[in-house]
Amino acid sequence: MDLNLPSVGVQLKNARKSYGDVEVIKGINLDIKHGEFCVFVGPSGCGKSTLLRMISGLEPISGGDIVIGDEVVNDIPAADRGLAMVFQSYALYPHMTVEQNLSFGLENINTPRAEIKEKINAVSAMLQIDQLLGRRPKDLSGGQRQRVAIGRAVVREPRVFLFDEPLSNLDAELRVDMRGEISALHKRLGNTMIYVTHDQVEAMTMADKIAVLRLGELEQFGAPLELFNNPHNLFVAGFIGSPKMNFLKGKVDTSDRTLLTLETGEQVRLPDSGFGQQAGQSVTLGIRPNELQPAADGALHLEVRAVEQLGSDSYLYGALSDGTRLTVHNPGQTVVREGEQVPLNFAAEAVHLFDTETTLTLRDQT
Amino acid sequence: MAKVISFLTATRGKGRLHWTDWVSYTYLAVGIFLMFGPVIWLVLSSFKTQNELDRFPPRFLPYAQETVELDGFDDPLIVFTVSEASESELAGETVAQTRRAAGRAEVVRLDDPDTRVRLPAVDLQAIESVSFATENYTQLFERFNFLRFLWNSTFITVTATLLMLLVNSMAAFALSKYEFRGRTTVLLLVIGTLMIPQTVVLVPLFLIVTELGMFNSLWGVIIPGAATPTGVFLLRQYMITIPDEILDAARMDKASEWKIFWRIIVPLSAPAIAVLAILAIMWRWNDFLWPLIVLTRTENFTLQLALNSFQGELQTDWASLLAMTVLTLLPIAAVFMFLQKYIATGIASTGGK
Repeated sequence: MDLNLPSVGVQLKNARKSYGDVEVIKGINLDIKHGEFCVFVGPSGCGKSTLLRMISGLEPISGGDIVIGDEVVNDIPAADRGLAMVFQSYALYPHMTVEQNLSFGLENINTPRAEIKEKINAVSAMLQIDQLLGRRPKDLSGGQRQRVAIGRAVVREPRVFLFDEPLSNLDAELRVDMRGEISALHKRLGNTMIYVTHDQVEAMTMADKIAVLRLGELEQFGAPLELFNNPHNLFVAGFIGSPKMNFLKGKVDTSDRTLLTLETGEQVRLPDSGFGQQAGQSVTLGIRPNELQPAADGALHLEVRAVEQLGSDSYLYGALSDGTRLTVHNPGQTVVREGEQVPLNFAAEAVHLFDTETTLTLRDQT
Repeated sequence: MAKVISFLTATRGKGRLHWTDWVSYTYLAVGIFLMFGPVIWLVLSSFKTQNELDRFPPRFLPYAQETVELDGFDDPLIVFTVSEASESELAGETVAQTRRAAGRAEVVRLDDPDTRVRLPAVDLQAIESVSFATENYTQLFERFNFLRFLWNSTFITVTATLLMLLVNSMAAFALSKYEFRGRTTVLLLVIGTLMIPQTVVLVPLFLIVTELGMFNSLWGVIIPGAATPTGVFLLRQYMITIPDEILDAARMDKASEWKIFWRIIVPLSAPAIAVLAILAIMWRWNDFLWPLIVLTRTENFTLQLALNSFQGELQTDWASLLAMTVLTLLPIAAVFMFLQKYIATGIASTGGK
């Protein structure tokens, strides 16, 4: 039997949520197209799980609209929104077998027995949990529980899947496996999925679109590489990409707008075009660790404090003369030792520039 | 079985007894004596005849005097040995007593029931043997409506327990899993009632029960006990530990709140519910004061009230009283024996987790 999943888009229009006087979601606008895999990412406490629960209907909204398909669902209870959710703790029913866990939702909508059986068989075969149907959740491993939790969502044929940090309880290796499986599931079902995580690697690898949230506000929404290559502000620049982007504060020369004087006194060249920096402006220069190369004529002088050799990659951690910390990522192995001074250089095209005051990017937006 | 024996005879000292072994086994022996002594005394006494019960000093085992049926006498006669020191010609012989008055007894020889001999009562020595007076039990069924009392007690216990579990678990569900204004206030009120002794509310409760026409009805005993603060609190503490995400998952699974209660909350709270069930059964079965007030007609009596009614102002039918006490103890002891393991695990898990 083929699972026939109707797929619809989800729109948030100025969605708000407050608890008493505390506003935790401060008016978010988002348009998730049908079939998209959208990831909400942000540091803990940014409101990403709350936003997901608002979409699910488990958390009532305080303002704005939530549209699923072409229907405003503000007042429609969670059960009737046609969504399915996978929880961080899996939230399997501990007293029921895997089969009962899967069938519970279908029984509640009075699906005929034979049809339930058929759907469970299809889903459990797809997720390779058909051997586990008679077991209880406590007898399953973390990965198996995760599959059952996903199966419970799939079997109801929802219009939209919601995942609330589903991999955070798994060990690193299993997490990579499950990441691949969820991506494969998305390709196979072609369904809209909204996925919450605090792990930007998960976001980068799985998403069609990423929404970066901070303190209840949407910082940027776009495709993973778009966010990586063109972060709108310092926060997104620092959050997306691992290891973190390096930030150097400085002032643009009053006469030459391609010359930047860093707080260390060192001077670096900026690209002539592409950024709208003004002469004399305080800016923050962003440069990704992999764009920094040791070079004899390097403008930056890094005092190396720690070296990590991973074999195929190496990382240098150190600081400039004013204490600004820098991370350098080199492919291959390095001969640099702790305590050495390394001159660093970078291509002018690789830099990101942000206004230090507003934290917004100075890149010319096309 | 070998495990049980090795457990029971475990010692700290290897080969010889360590002083802690002496202390712990003495302590345990005293404990067993204190716990089981009264119960064993009760059971043995319930097999004693009224005469034996009145005897002082009391004896541990039930004894009965031997009797014999002789021609010409309607009732069985008690058999005695005449002491060797007696001045009567019957000294050393076995006789049956026909009458006794003012320190003198009239006896007959067993093989000569027509010749009556008088002699001082002090010469007679009773012939006794261990004998269980089972008539104490049989007459409960013959002279008293024991089955009726048993039914009343059972009906009250079972119905009240079921009702109480239902009401308390629903209240606990609401107080643990729903956010609503005044939830803390309601909880504090519930717990606050724990501090009011039952005797204080006895009169108002009685008036309400009477107004509702439940006086002298078993429901008058059942309904007022349907919600207990202890039960609500116990279940609430347990239900708090059930993760909210499971309920959210059930909501996403289109389960109604009612269904969430029955299919998710109740099965997951089973250990706590079992504890409360045991407590409720014991409370209801042993309840005395409230049934005494509400039930005044004999046909409505519970076992506890029936026991009480054996104790008259002028005389007490100890034999029946003891026998019925034993019968009253049996069901509750059985319930406890089968379910006591749930009490331990249930209470352990209702604490902090």
